[in-house]
Amino acid sequence: MITIRGLRKKLSGRWVLDGVDLDIPAGRTVVVMGRSGTGKSVLLKNIIGLMSPDAGRIEVDGQPVVGLPERELNDVRKRFGMVFQGAALFDSLTVGENVALPLREHTTLSREAIRSRVAERLEWVGLAGVEGMKPASLSGGMRKRVGLARAIAMDPAYMLYDEPTTGLDPIMADVINRLIRSLQQRIGVTSIVVTHDMASAFHVGDELAMLHEGRIVFTGTPGEVRATQEPLVRQFIEGTSEAVEGQLGE
Amino acid sequence: MTALTLRGYEFLRRRALDAIAEVGRVALLMLETFRTLGRGLRAFRLVVDQMHTIGVQSLMLVVIVSLFTGAVAAVQAAYQFSNVVPLKYIGSVILRSVIIELGPVLTALIVGGRVGASIAAELGSMRVTEQIDALEAMAINPVRYLVVPRVVAAVIMLPVLTVMANAIAITGGWMVSITSIGISSHTYITGLKQFFYMKDLWSGLIKSVFFGAIIGWMGCYHGFRTEGGAEGVGVATTRAVVASCVQVLIIDYVLANVLFRFIFAS
Repeated sequence: MITIRGLRKKLSGRWVLDGVDLDIPAGRTVVVMGRSGTGKSVLLKNIIGLMSPDAGRIEVDGQPVVGLPERELNDVRKRFGMVFQGAALFDSLTVGENVALPLREHTTLSREAIRSRVAERLEWVGLAGVEGMKPASLSGGMRKRVGLARAIAMDPAYMLYDEPTTGLDPIMADVINRLIRSLQQRIGVTSIVVTHDMASAFHVGDELAMLHEGRIVFTGTPGEVRATQEPLVRQFIEGTSEAVEGQLGE
Repeated sequence: MTALTLRGYEFLRRRALDAIAEVGRVALLMLETFRTLGRGLRAFRLVVDQMHTIGVQSLMLVVIVSLFTGAVAAVQAAYQFSNVVPLKYIGSVILRSVIIELGPVLTALIVGGRVGASIAAELGSMRVTEQIDALEAMAINPVRYLVVPRVVAAVIMLPVLTVMANAIAITGGWMVSITSIGISSHTYITGLKQFFYMKDLWSGLIKSVFFGAIIGWMGCYHGFRTEGGAEGVGVATTRAVVASCVQVLIIDYVLANVLFRFIFAS
């Protein structure tokens, strides 16, 4: 379980996160939705220690992670897998080497065992046999899936997805959504998905949380989100820009 | 007037603080490099890859520049010797100027331009495409994985390239001496041998070790500090090259004093 309390983060003089409280129960997938620039990715980076919050508390299975020394923080990170918005594959490595990297760095598995694990994870994401390809020769959807295979190489207990369907066509976005869902069922991970793609949010989320102006302003199941009359949430899921136009007109 | 003075003072104060902060960040990167050196060297394959990129791929450029440096040194020496110093000393002058100064410094400036830019551009692209974040998220120390192999490879390859540059520059000088200045090979080689001191060679090689470290660190530092997109990568690349070249010249002056006034003074 991940517990976040009073999380605050200031970037370029602005409080991007201004008191975020959020619980991610074990084995569940929580989708954090919100408009671009509301700090969704910053939230993920704080959870995995790529950024340090200015205030607040983050606990993973009851263990506080803010301010941990590097070695202990790395022990926490090894329990996480993260899928980045642009996949963040290493251009200089092949697909197989990308997926194998965390295994080579953190395990004593033999070359054969690593090769077999890599092949298995690539098969899980529907990309069997692409080990020798370079990331530059992959399509956007394939890159995302390789990023996903790399994130699950170490059998993580937690998965963080940063805009997993952004930039993909609707069919490929659906493939990614199904993969996220099937991985959750297959390995029972606790996941946080950050997205502004509502189709994806409803598909993969057990719970949805709306981040607005640095705070979580609404949480609920997909059904509750669909039924809510909360104006901010309704505007977001319907994709209307009236309030924005109002602001622009002022 | 007072407001203007205050603004000027504030500007200078900020620039000074920025400069101090920058020095501190570079020092921290160096410390982290030393701290992770042992584990970084365990993956020696990464160092070998970088030795190929930094050393082997720079070789042709070093060959061309060194050949012409030696040739120009011969022409200049002949011009300045005319009616003053016997031409038999051309080999001696070329040898000493090349192995003490021209070989190490020109090699460092060429490699600093080529390799410093390439390291900064590569790491800068990795920064803006979140590849460095991905390393950290996988609990892999990016300094150990990216900086250690590049700095170690640069420290190993700069002296190697410098030795090659020395040999090629001396060859360039020989070619010009026998074809257009009119001295024999025997005279040129006698001149080379007459004033050859091992300490001159060592001084150049010691300098090149420091130059290699500077080039590696500046490329990595500016690559790591890249912000924004393609424009940020361009800025980082320029900064890395400028910082490498300026620091090579400053360190050259400092080491010249240390080596020739103290260590090799006798």
